[in-house]
This record gives sequence, structure tokens and C-alpha cells, in this order.
Amino acid sequence: MLSASDIATLWLTFKVAGYATLLMMLLGTPLAWWLARTTSRWKGVCNALVALPLVLPPTVLGFYLLVMMGPNGAIGRLTTELGLGTLPFTFPGLVVASVLYSLPFVVQPLQTAFATIGEHPLEAAATLRASPFDTFFSVVVPLAKPGFMTAAILGFAHTVGEFGVVLMVGGNIPDKTRVVSVQIYNHVEALEYSEAHWLAGCLLLFSFSVLLVLYTALKTHPVAHPLK
Amino acid sequence: MTTIQARFQLDYGDFKLDVDLKLPGTGITVLFGHSGSGKTTLLRCIAGLQQAPLGFLEINGHIWQDSERNLFLPTYKRPLGYVFQEANLFPHLTVRENLHYGLKRIKHNSGTVKLEQTLELLGISHLLERMPGHLSGGERQRVAIARALALNPEVLLMDEPLASLDFKRKQEILPFLSRLHQQLDIPVLYVTHSQQEVAQLADTLVIMEDGRALASGPLSETQSRLDVPLAQDREAATVWQAAVAEHEADYHLTRVAFAGGSLSLPAVDAEVGTPLRVQIYARDVSIALEAPTATSILNVLPATITGIADGRDGQSVVQLRLPRMAEASQSVGNRCDQVGDQALLAHITRKSALLLGLQIGMAVYVQIKGTSLLN
Repeated sequence: MLSASDIATLWLTFKVAGYATLLMMLLGTPLAWWLARTTSRWKGVCNALVALPLVLPPTVLGFYLLVMMGPNGAIGRLTTELGLGTLPFTFPGLVVASVLYSLPFVVQPLQTAFATIGEHPLEAAATLRASPFDTFFSVVVPLAKPGFMTAAILGFAHTVGEFGVVLMVGGNIPDKTRVVSVQIYNHVEALEYSEAHWLAGCLLLFSFSVLLVLYTALKTHPVAHPLK
Repeated sequence: MTTIQARFQLDYGDFKLDVDLKLPGTGITVLFGHSGSGKTTLLRCIAGLQQAPLGFLEINGHIWQDSERNLFLPTYKRPLGYVFQEANLFPHLTVRENLHYGLKRIKHNSGTVKLEQTLELLGISHLLERMPGHLSGGERQRVAIARALALNPEVLLMDEPLASLDFKRKQEILPFLSRLHQQLDIPVLYVTHSQQEVAQLADTLVIMEDGRALASGPLSETQSRLDVPLAQDREAATVWQAAVAEHEADYHLTRVAFAGGSLSLPAVDAEVGTPLRVQIYARDVSIALEAPTATSILNVLPATITGIADGRDGQSVVQLRLPRMAEASQSVGNRCDQVGDQALLAHITRKSALLLGLQIGMAVYVQIKGTSLLN
């Protein structure tokens, strides 16, 4: 059975994933919109940067984040300056790291959805007196709805499953930064296989359900995008 | 009466647009040309969907673009209606919601009365609750036209609205466009590469080639210009706007009046006064130096030669002008005011032209062997 501490890690995991998804949707939408439409020569560089976490070992990403968010890092000095202290080994630090780690899973489905819409509906809206802002909410958002759903679900699910980055920047502090994947690792280290089975089973079921929703209800093909 | 002034220059390397046009503020102006001639680019520049680096655009006294003053009104602030080649309806909205999309966004809403009239005219009142995906191509395009008209625009821009439709659907929409033509009081700029659509719809014709306007002016005048390749075409023709003047039931004929006189046509089933368009192919026109007394051809009219050019395959292209007759033009009504003198094109053999000694300025008689009625 799941122990109280297992349930606490599950709850914390979903909380991290929830906040991270919210932030990723807010950041990822304008970023994906820009990437889908720009002809700037920086497009390639930005695409590569956003996609980097797909190929980078999580420990590498986590290591750099740890250094940058630490007391001597650029981000660390800024947060200290702002009176927020440093981010490593805190819940907000975990959320920030998750955002960077899972961002491609949000940006890429959105970017594809925006690109698929094309120029024509936007031009039609412009000839019907809709400003670009108006057009985005009255035409783009409804037409890209499956893309938004896919992005949110993939971003959330991928954050739930992260391990390496969490271990690097969040450590293993109960109720603060100890998420499910870390807890499973702890159980296995302690040879508590039955507890590990319960939690691992939960994640397996969760991940399968998510993909099932994507493939059946939304009829999208997440792995058709250049994901991991 | 010029109310549209458009000057644009843009250079994409392999394509240049360089036009300076003054167009009338009423009727349908057709921008005609082959693909790549710049007609669609010109229309998009007028709509503001594309921005020419050098440009000046004035419509009805309002300036929409003036690159010298760094002024460029974005498309959504221009009071225009635009019909795309593909209907471009919003797939996530019903026909009704598509029609109201623009209406909701204008301040001075003329109300739904006008919209209902438009729906009636276009025959789409029964489609309101459908999704665009469940409409035929012709229906979609009619909804798109209604959606553009619903805004009560100051100018209607149409980019090959029939090009993506098959012959049958075209025939289904052309009558609607002709009817619109008679009821609309705003200028329409209509892009096409179809001579049939030019003949059926144009009041003013602009011929585009390689990003420039080769010729622009009233329809029959532009059609008969000798410096434009159109006049050499095997299908070269002039279109006259006329009106039913009298029925000769005994002979199964109808006499129609136009600015330069009258023509006898095979009986037309329309009331006296009904406006119609008569197309005269250049190959159906022959020329005589004296009024022929013994001929089976009914339509013989006095004309003056205003130009002669060599045509293809041993042909001569003769441009003629029929003097305007006050009496006749009155019965045709205002519709001919913008037409001026009636121009006509004749294709005859070069040998005939030589034997008759045809010269510019000569008074001759034209015999019209056949006419076709366009609407």
C-alpha cells in the first residue's frame, strides 16, 4: 500500500507539475507563436535552445541550473538581491527547473498547431476588422485547441516523470522537494521493493492514461513531433 | 469620377509591381492578367495584406497608405470587404457565426436588415446553422461574399472568387455576381484571368502584365486597344452595355439600344428597359465602305476607323468607334455614362484591308454577323 509519505510525494509531484504547466503555457504560447511565424535569422538558434532539454542529459541541465541559481550564480544573485534567497533545494526552484526541462513538450505541439493554421484564417480575420490580438483569441486559440490540450498534457506528464534535474537542484527533502521519482529511487535503495512497486505502478498507469487520451480522444500523435 | 487612386511600387527581385491607377468609384473594375502578372499582389496591397514600400492609396477621399508620410492603415482598420480565392471561412464557426464575425466588430452596424437582403440575394438563407465543412464549394464562396458584404464596406475586393470552382459552380455564382452588380453602389475590384468573367462583369478593365498595368479604362475601350495583346486574341471581343428597347414578336427578334444605336438580337425574354450585355466577337464583324443595301445581315452601323494593326495569320485588327447617339443613350440610362463612345474591334483579312484601302479616320459601315448575350 501507499504510505503517508508516498502520498505526500505524489501530492507534491502533482503540485510541481501543475505550477510548472501553468508557467509553461504562459511562456510557451507567445514563444511558440513567435517561432511559428518569424522569419528572423534567430529562429534556428531559438528552436535549438528550446529543444535542448530533449537531448541533454537531465544531470547536465540540473548541474548548470544548480550553479546559476546558487549564491554565486547570475540567477542566484538576482534572487538574493530581490530578497527571495536562493532557489536550489526549494519548491520554487523545482518549479523553475521543471519549466526549463519540460518546455519543449509544450512549445513544439503549440508551434506545430500554429503553423498548421497558416496565414489564411488570420488574413480573413483582418479583413473582418479583427485586430491581431482579437484574432489570436477568436480564431487562433479555437483552431489550435487540440494543440493547447496536447501541450498542457504532455508538459504536465513529462514534469511528473522528471528525476535527474530534480535530484540535482531539489535534492531529496521530504514535503519540500521529494517527488515521486525520487521516492521510488529511495525505496529501491532501501530494498523496499513492494513500496517501489506501488508508486511505480501509479506512474505507469498515469503515463499510459495520458497517452491514451492523446491518441484516442485528441487524436494527436505526440511522438510525431521531434520529441525524445 | 475617380475615387480610387492607387500607386504601388515593390520589388521582390524576381517580381516587381509598379502601378499608378485611377479607378472609378462605382461599378466593377476587373483586374485582368495571367498568373504572375501582379493582379493579386495589387489587390493585396490595396487591402493592406501586403505592404508596398512605396505606395499611395486613397479611397473615397480617405488615405489608407502614404509611404511619404509613413502612413499605413493596417487591414483591420480599413473599411473594406475581401473575398478570397478559397472561401476562407472560419472552420470552427457556423455559417451564421461566420457572417456575424465581422458585424460584431464594426461600430456603425447597419443592422441585420441589410444582411438578410444579401442572404436572400445570394440564396444562402437556409445554410445558416451549417458548418463550413458541410457546404459545397459554391455555397462556401457565396457565404464568403455575404460575409464581406455584411460589413457594408466602402470597397469590395474579390480575388478570383470563382477560380477554384468547376464550370457548373461558376455558372451557379455568376448570375449572383451580375445581380450584385446591379444592386451594389460601392466600387468592386475583381481579380480574374478569365475572359468570360471580364465579359460578364466588368465595367472598367485593367489589364495587368509583368507587374504593370498595360491598359485601364472603360470595358469596350480597353478591350479594343490595339497595343494590348488581348485585341489579337482569336477570342477578341468587345462588350456593350445595352437595354431592351422593343420586341419584334413576328420575327422572333428583340431590338436593344446602346450608346451608339441599336441592334437586333434573337428574341430575349426580358421586359423593355432591362439592362443587358452584348458581346461581339471581332471575327464576327466585317467592314463595308458604303452602306450595304442588299444584305441579309440586320445589324449594319456607321462607324469611324480609329486604328489598324497587324494581327496574327494574315489578319488585320481594326479598331472602330461608333458615334454616340443622344436618343439611344437616353433609353439605355445612366449605365452608359461611363462608357463614352462605343468602341468595336474587327478582325478582317489583311487582303481585304488593302483592297478596301482602310485608313484611320475613314467613315465606314460595320456589319455584325453575330452577337451573344451575356446575361
